[in-house]
Amino acid sequence: MEFGLTQEQIEIKELALKFSRNEIIPVAAQFDEEGKFPKDIFKKAWELGLINTCIPAEYGGAGFSALDSVIISEALSYGCMGFNTSFMANDLALLPIVLGGNDEQKKKFLTPFTTEFRVASFCLTEPGNGSDAAGIKTSVKDGGDHWIINGEKMWITNAGYADLFVVYATLDPALKHKGICALVVDGKTEGIVLGKKEDKMGHRSSDTRGVRFNNVKVPKENMLGNPGDGWSIAMNTLDHSRPLVASSALGGAQRAMDLSIQYSKERIQFGVPLAKHQAIQFMIAEMGMKIEASRLLIHKAAWLCDQGIRNTEIASYAKAFASDSCMQITTDAVQIYGGYGYSKEYPVEKLMRDAKLIQIYEGTSQIQRLVMARELLK
Amino acid sequence: MNIFVCVKQVPDTETKITPTADGSFIETNSIKWIMNPYDEFAVEQALLVKASNPAANVTVVRVGSVKDTEALRTAMAMGADDAILVEAQDNLDSYSIAKALKGAIEKSGKKPDMILTGKQAIDDDALQVPQVLAQMLDLPSVSVIVGFELSGSTVKVKREIEGGALEVYAVNTPCLLAANKGLNTPRYASLPGIMKAKKKPLAQYSLSDVGVTDADRRVKYSGFRLPPEKPAGKKFDATDAAKQKEVVAQVVGLLRTEAKVI
Amino acid sequence: MANVLVFTELHDGKVKPVTLEILGKLAGQTTDVAVIGDLSSEEVAVLAKHGAANVHKLKGSNLDKYSPEGYANALANFIKSKSYDYVFGGATSMGKDLLPRLATQFDAGLASDVVNFTMDGGVFAGTRPLFAGKCLAKVELTGPKPHFVSIRPNALGMTEGLTAGAGAAHDVAADAGNIRAAIAEIVKAASSKVDLTEANIIVSGGRAMKSAENFKILEELADTIGATVGASRAAVDSGFAPHAMQVGQTGKTVAPSLYIACGISGAIQHLAGMRTSKVIVAINTDPDAPIFTKADYGIVGDLFTIVPIMKEEFKKLLGK
Repeated sequence: MEFGLTQEQIEIKELALKFSRNEIIPVAAQFDEEGKFPKDIFKKAWELGLINTCIPAEYGGAGFSALDSVIISEALSYGCMGFNTSFMANDLALLPIVLGGNDEQKKKFLTPFTTEFRVASFCLTEPGNGSDAAGIKTSVKDGGDHWIINGEKMWITNAGYADLFVVYATLDPALKHKGICALVVDGKTEGIVLGKKEDKMGHRSSDTRGVRFNNVKVPKENMLGNPGDGWSIAMNTLDHSRPLVASSALGGAQRAMDLSIQYSKERIQFGVPLAKHQAIQFMIAEMGMKIEASRLLIHKAAWLCDQGIRNTEIASYAKAFASDSCMQITTDAVQIYGGYGYSKEYPVEKLMRDAKLIQIYEGTSQIQRLVMARELLK
Repeated sequence: MNIFVCVKQVPDTETKITPTADGSFIETNSIKWIMNPYDEFAVEQALLVKASNPAANVTVVRVGSVKDTEALRTAMAMGADDAILVEAQDNLDSYSIAKALKGAIEKSGKKPDMILTGKQAIDDDALQVPQVLAQMLDLPSVSVIVGFELSGSTVKVKREIEGGALEVYAVNTPCLLAANKGLNTPRYASLPGIMKAKKKPLAQYSLSDVGVTDADRRVKYSGFRLPPEKPAGKKFDATDAAKQKEVVAQVVGLLRTEAKVI
Repeated sequence: MANVLVFTELHDGKVKPVTLEILGKLAGQTTDVAVIGDLSSEEVAVLAKHGAANVHKLKGSNLDKYSPEGYANALANFIKSKSYDYVFGGATSMGKDLLPRLATQFDAGLASDVVNFTMDGGVFAGTRPLFAGKCLAKVELTGPKPHFVSIRPNALGMTEGLTAGAGAAHDVAADAGNIRAAIAEIVKAASSKVDLTEANIIVSGGRAMKSAENFKILEELADTIGATVGASRAAVDSGFAPHAMQVGQTGKTVAPSLYIACGISGAIQHLAGMRTSKVIVAINTDPDAPIFTKADYGIVGDLFTIVPIMKEEFKKLLGK
């Protein structure tokens, strides 16, 4: 039993945290306010090797383990949960290729992401289907020497900048999950129409849009696995991505706690620092407890991935617990800051806004509980 | 071209410093160590020189304890070619450190064309090692440099002095230059860099290997203690027009005699 | 009793104040002063008044401008011709560069940046800050003599009740030796205004400044003491000052040695940006303003009358 990080993991974490402190934290509030996509910072993080952590070494990646990936993701999210959503979306889009693609596809689609800065986007959700992913309507038809995609996707992260989309579409909605296919679509393909950027409560720097596919022609060799394999690829992807998304909540929660500790030692009320008041101490103790528990769940879920052991149940524990904890912790951080906390002058209200999304995307906290129950009761 | 960069490992600036119970040094167990921030500018400058002289070899040298080799690993992850660690306790004095650095450089068998250091280490803040090392190696030196231009074997450097004025030196290699903030923007160690650093050679010597003994100590420290608590502030009433001049004169005087900031 | 040499730097032909601080503190020792270049008889008299027995003026070629090697060689040769137990100097830009080189020519130790010391029985024992002032330690010297000490300017202060020395002036022929690193030119600071984050002294104005024009009185005070002007968020939001001048949570975080807050109430976001200032002076009409809880020196009064008086007092103090 080993709980510590390796020397290399400590160095990776330090680098990512240093990047967050120097490059992200000083500008995060401004990008949030303006709803601007942090492309230059994204690129800088890519140059340092902090992006696309899922790409295996044989395709030009760093060969990180899932555990390495969640350590990096937590540190980057410590800088800004919204920035990390953009960064992480690359992994969410590339993971289906890593998990479901053949050697030819991996070479063709993954390697370019290691030699130049590229943005990827993952298209599953539709206006009418979020949690009910098996009910997607976007269609894929055999066009002879190519596939033809038609339909509309919603809440697509990085869409406005994507060089590559991974699109889930169905051969026939009546087949339910058995008809779903995963296809890799070049961002420049004719027929891809971007919607306008969503004006969101949090994660305002991330580029989120609707994407319409109008008779988009995709080469036959761009389908991952066989027709109908899409659902299992998507589910397999989620087992890998949930610890990653959970670590994003963890990074935000850690930041909220660090800020709360700092502020409660500085702010004087009734003649003593806030930290001397038991009510505040209890909130901070709760934060520490939940953060440590989140981290243990996340690390275990990632470790199971690395061991090749099915982690569905633990990954859902991690995702639901870390995101729900992050919501509670950031809310308490605003409470500790009081009136100042509610003001945009201070960083905690943004953390609270950003936390909310992590309870929603990549499977809501309620869906996670359904998954847990299904696993526990089967 | 052989470039040596001398780095030191110091407590993170955020770290709380606690003297040991006997006052002989500070508690080092719970400290988070980082590369001395001024040394990062020295490493970066060496790597910039290497970028335009691909044949250049950058060796980082450190004298200190082995329990954490953060500074050397960071420098190699940034791009330095190899490293030398001289194992020593963390509270050596400047003279012993400089002599150990000299010994290590000589033991490497490489003749230095340029030695770069930070202008000071933020632990003992002694500002001595660069100049002492230069004198020991009989090299010209310029400290507190904020500008660097190498052409051929001549370096034009700018040294910052009081009031922000600059002394411009032209000095031939071999020489020793001590970097100040503002010289450049240190790069990050990249993740591939961190991986590569593990495979780079790290030579390890003891103090006796490099010819340093207890007799080389020149400065003895003892009685480490926290500075006295800041006393509560003084408040003066200057609402009465007749007293204003007197009060202000008193405060201005205190700024010199008591606070010593003017 | 020890034989001590104090190396003095000159500024516009005058000995630097730190030399006089050192001389005063060395009362009871036999103390000589060495200077590179010439020194007026008035300045020699000042040194004598502070206790200098002899004043050695080292003169030779290649010594008109500072160079680490030239100065170290010239002083080393002179020191070798005498028998000093200690050599003191100021921990100034030059002192910090020169004294380590010079000490090493004797394989001797240097206690640097000392803020206080005793010479009991002619033996030096000093105090110096370490870890950016988070810690103090006793410092002693051992090994070959002379022992070298550099003293932080303004740390000792001037001694009251001086014991005068003979102040005999001597010209000494000095040899700069081989100089490999020489100053080619000196570039004056481009602007006397340093950036807020780098500034050693900051004068800041708050909402009580009432208008952008009124910042002029802060500028005048700042010019007198070589300070940079800052502003609180309230002043910036009111349009009195640009955002680049803002000190605080959403502005710049500063840590000058002296921060003078004028008409700033001390909202917590402002305090967050300047709380690590070494010394804080606050001027405010409201005696209960939160800024006074952080101030080392608080002046309750109207900044529009206090600031101009302060400017005049600083002028007097600085001899301007």
